[in-house]
Amino acid sequence: MDTYSFLRELADSWFLLAMFCFFIGAILFLFRPGSRKMHEDASRIPLRESLSPVVPRGCAGNCPDCIKRTK
Amino acid sequence: MDYIKAFLLAGVALFAAMGANWAQDPAYQLHAVLIMVIALCMFVWVIRHAGEPQKAKPVPAGYDDGVIRAGVIATAFWGIAGFVVGTFIAFQLAFPELNFDWGQPFTNFGRLRPLHTSAVIFAFGGNALIATSFYVVQRTGATRLWGGNLAWFVFWGYQLFIVLAATGYLLGATQSKEYAEPEWYVDIWLTVVWLAYLAVFLGTIFKRRERHIYVANWFYLAFIITVAMLHVINNLSIPVSIWGSKSVQVFAGVQDAMTQWWYGHNAVGFFLTAGFLGMMYYFVPKQAGRPVYSYKLSIIHFWALIFLYIWAGPHHLHYTALPDWASTLGMVFSIILWMPSWGGMINGLMTLQGAWDKLRTDPILRMFVLSLGFYGMSTFEGPMMSIRAVNSLSHYTDWTIGHVHSGALGWNGMITFACLYFLTPRLWGRDRMYSLSAINWHFWLATIGIVLYAASMWVTGIMEGLMWREVDDQGFLVNSFADTVAAKFPMYVVRGMGGVMFLAGALIMVWNMWMTIRGPKTAKAGATGATPTVAAE
Repeated sequence: MDTYSFLRELADSWFLLAMFCFFIGAILFLFRPGSRKMHEDASRIPLRESLSPVVPRGCAGNCPDCIKRTK
Repeated sequence: MDYIKAFLLAGVALFAAMGANWAQDPAYQLHAVLIMVIALCMFVWVIRHAGEPQKAKPVPAGYDDGVIRAGVIATAFWGIAGFVVGTFIAFQLAFPELNFDWGQPFTNFGRLRPLHTSAVIFAFGGNALIATSFYVVQRTGATRLWGGNLAWFVFWGYQLFIVLAATGYLLGATQSKEYAEPEWYVDIWLTVVWLAYLAVFLGTIFKRRERHIYVANWFYLAFIITVAMLHVINNLSIPVSIWGSKSVQVFAGVQDAMTQWWYGHNAVGFFLTAGFLGMMYYFVPKQAGRPVYSYKLSIIHFWALIFLYIWAGPHHLHYTALPDWASTLGMVFSIILWMPSWGGMINGLMTLQGAWDKLRTDPILRMFVLSLGFYGMSTFEGPMMSIRAVNSLSHYTDWTIGHVHSGALGWNGMITFACLYFLTPRLWGRDRMYSLSAINWHFWLATIGIVLYAASMWVTGIMEGLMWREVDDQGFLVNSFADTVAAKFPMYVVRGMGGVMFLAGALIMVWNMWMTIRGPKTAKAGATGATPTVAAE
């Protein structure tokens, strides 16, 4: 089988199915239990910019600023 | 390090000098001279500063805003340039005498038209996208840009790309692919700059301090990656000579046409839609002071857009040598695309829920809402025009031009203006824009300008489509092509007037930005905290 026929058949069958499943899977995954809290938190990211972009000296990821962002 | 730099720059200058000497066409020659001069200036600078002791860099405080300030200025500058050329060529169509004899062949419509499209899409839109993406990725990641001066390389490298492309068009260097006109060496340069852009953006995402990557960054990242892929594949070409700008495409015939419109439509889908949706998902919530209406919907919007847009290209090639199944595929996906587009529009509009009253007092928010309205309108019109039967009427007519402009002026233009009004006071540490009423003037001038533009193009497009297909009872065509050109004259003048109004609004914006930046400093530059809001009075 030449390359075109092979790729064409793959595109029409397994690859199409794989992409379709990925798409549906991504949507279903969105509605997993517990996602609401995380999405609500994420949607507030643009509105909480009072924090400085500079990591305080000697911060090991446990200062109040960091904890707030990674909980 | 300095000596390696100097050596490389000298090499580039030498190569460019040889190019200038042996150039086979004027565009290549001009570009070689330009690059030679830039490389020589940088060479002299590096030599003069070689061996200087490294100054201790101050610890950076706040976000990396210098390159964003430059991007905001570049956006405004290229915007005006693109609108001026666009208005001029609109009048060239109405009054062909404007193709001045003394300016031939450099200022004829054929050469100015790609200058206009590239200036507004890539120079105005591209600079807006780069600047806002750098702004948004820092704020939503709570971190500074990755890569230090690499962001400045992206900025200046992109400006060089614009200058090379624009001067090339005027001197006749084009590979005749719509929205991908620049010749091979300009394409290679853009690829280098774009990969640097991807590196800065991804690097910043990797070192973010927020756990979640905010959805605006998904859209920006999709835009950067997809544009890289589209650009490289559509520009596969072999130069005729290394000393000339001419190149030959690798694909030929219908394959080349399909590749071109796969590129062309996804330039709309990922450059003018996904990238600008990144802006929308950050700046609309910011300006409204409320989180986006539904975060889940924004993610569905993202995946649906990514999965559907990439197939829609063939609708540009209805009734051509393209196989029927391909054009049906393009049409079907274009129609499905309507749904996620409207989902996104509704998501943006509903973000204002509980804040609708701000529309009365805040012209910036009004601009965002209008841009979303035009996003919804053109994402309905587009799928409709992709239907084969509708396309048989609309294709090759001015209806297409009207559709493109309601999207480009209404959606991309208005959201960019709103972002510039949002960014200017914040980046230069001012409380607000210098004049609120000037924003109102801009809003109305631009809105009426777009309405004049789109309405006249609908009328003239449908009229011309109907005239082309009109046959008498013997089966002969009733109208000659020149008849349709004559009939379109009034609408061309109205369209030109719409362009003048849109341009006037943009000039008011530039004046307003100038006065804001020149005025006294009132807030802390790069303010992290309390966001300046437009006065409520």
